Amino acid sequence: MSELTLPTIRQRPLDPPDELKELRQQAAIHRMTYADGHQGWLVTGYAAARAVLASPHFSNTPDDMHPPIDSSRMRAVADGGKLKVPPGFFLRMDPPEHTRFRKLLTGQFTVRRMKMLEPRIAEITDACLDAMEAAGPSVDLVQEFALPIPSLVICELLGVPYEERVQFQANTKVLANLETKVEDAIAALGNITAYLHGLVQRKRKEPADDLLSGLVESGELTDEELTGVGMLLLVAGHETTANMLGLGTYALLTNPAQLAAMRDDPSVAENGVEELLRYLTIIHLGPIRTALQDVEIEGASIKAGETITLHLPTVNRDSSRFPDGDQLDVSRPASGHLSFGHGIHQCLGQQLARAEMRIAYPALLRRFPGLRLAVTPAEVPMRSDMSIYGVHRLPVTW
Amino acid sequence: MEIQADTTVCIGAGMCALTVPKVFDQSEEEGTVVLLQDVPPQELEEAVRRAVTLCPSGAISISP
Repeated sequence: MSELTLPTIRQRPLDPPDELKELRQQAAIHRMTYADGHQGWLVTGYAAARAVLASPHFSNTPDDMHPPIDSSRMRAVADGGKLKVPPGFFLRMDPPEHTRFRKLLTGQFTVRRMKMLEPRIAEITDACLDAMEAAGPSVDLVQEFALPIPSLVICELLGVPYEERVQFQANTKVLANLETKVEDAIAALGNITAYLHGLVQRKRKEPADDLLSGLVESGELTDEELTGVGMLLLVAGHETTANMLGLGTYALLTNPAQLAAMRDDPSVAENGVEELLRYLTIIHLGPIRTALQDVEIEGASIKAGETITLHLPTVNRDSSRFPDGDQLDVSRPASGHLSFGHGIHQCLGQQLARAEMRIAYPALLRRFPGLRLAVTPAEVPMRSDMSIYGVHRLPVTW
Repeated sequence: MEIQADTTVCIGAGMCALTVPKVFDQSEEEGTVVLLQDVPPQELEEAVRRAVTLCPSGAISISP
């Protein structure tokens, strides 16, 4: 039995656990004992992680997945557990089911479409900054900036009335918390499902010019599947960019030279966003896959049925791919990071996320040139307990 | 350099269109790769190579 279990305690808030860096320096792939005793694998090297994500021999369904850490939520999802994946939640499907759903959506998230959305994202950003300025000079940046911008954008894109967001935002938070009890997670999932199911039926009666109405009118999906797709897009659109904006601002405020470069040089912002994606890697406990057949990865023989965890924050610091990977450097070539994944599940909304961040970070820094933390860096509560890393709150002043 | 694109493998992530918009676009309906030119001008060859590495599904390839 392997003595290695997944280290989760960070010594410094922006760096993955030091033990993982040491492991990466020894090898790219390691035997690891999972929370249920399963003898699986842990990947810490860049090339190995990319190879797993690109391989068709790994499954992303929760059916035979073992939990890498002992959290109630992971236990509930793992191995076809109590928390069932809803119909239409295609992130956790394999081809050909996954392909059928994804194909219906890819046309909505192209680079060109996201370019067309940019003026609207800029308007939303400005409105949030106006509200933040009015509420200031001391605010929680998560509530005033990081959360409302992606939330308003995804609600508008999907066709969710923004004033109804309270009906799912609290439930999304419960689901994303790793320590949520199984019963509470099932209840939260039920609440979001009921809300979205109702919304799908409203779109059927009164279609509008939005993504959900378009999917309803395509006639390709059942109401249950439409509900699952809606949930995936809503959750993914909320939790991810919001945490990047919050954690990214924290990272910049604690690295003043990098902040100045992002603020003062418009040509840096584009690449700076890639570097923040790489350096922060908010997907901090996965992705997790299970081998469908025996497969060789970087010299390791993985057997069918074995679970493999890719520790992306460590992988994205691999110095053989990103020299001085532990340094935040907004001017380095950072593309090729695996923060949006790789392979067939690579983030569907990544071009939307890029557009939001490329607009929002510089707009924030230029509106408040004197922006600073209102507490010490150590007092900022980190989201170690959530499936997506970030800051719970970010008290700032200017 | 000549580029080949396989729309049956493409997942519409848009990395190619993001990296070299003069060479790659995405279809309106499915968002899959559309080649704007099969033989890119020399000054874009390096960017095209980068796009090939960034493609998550191996849908684009090049021959010399």
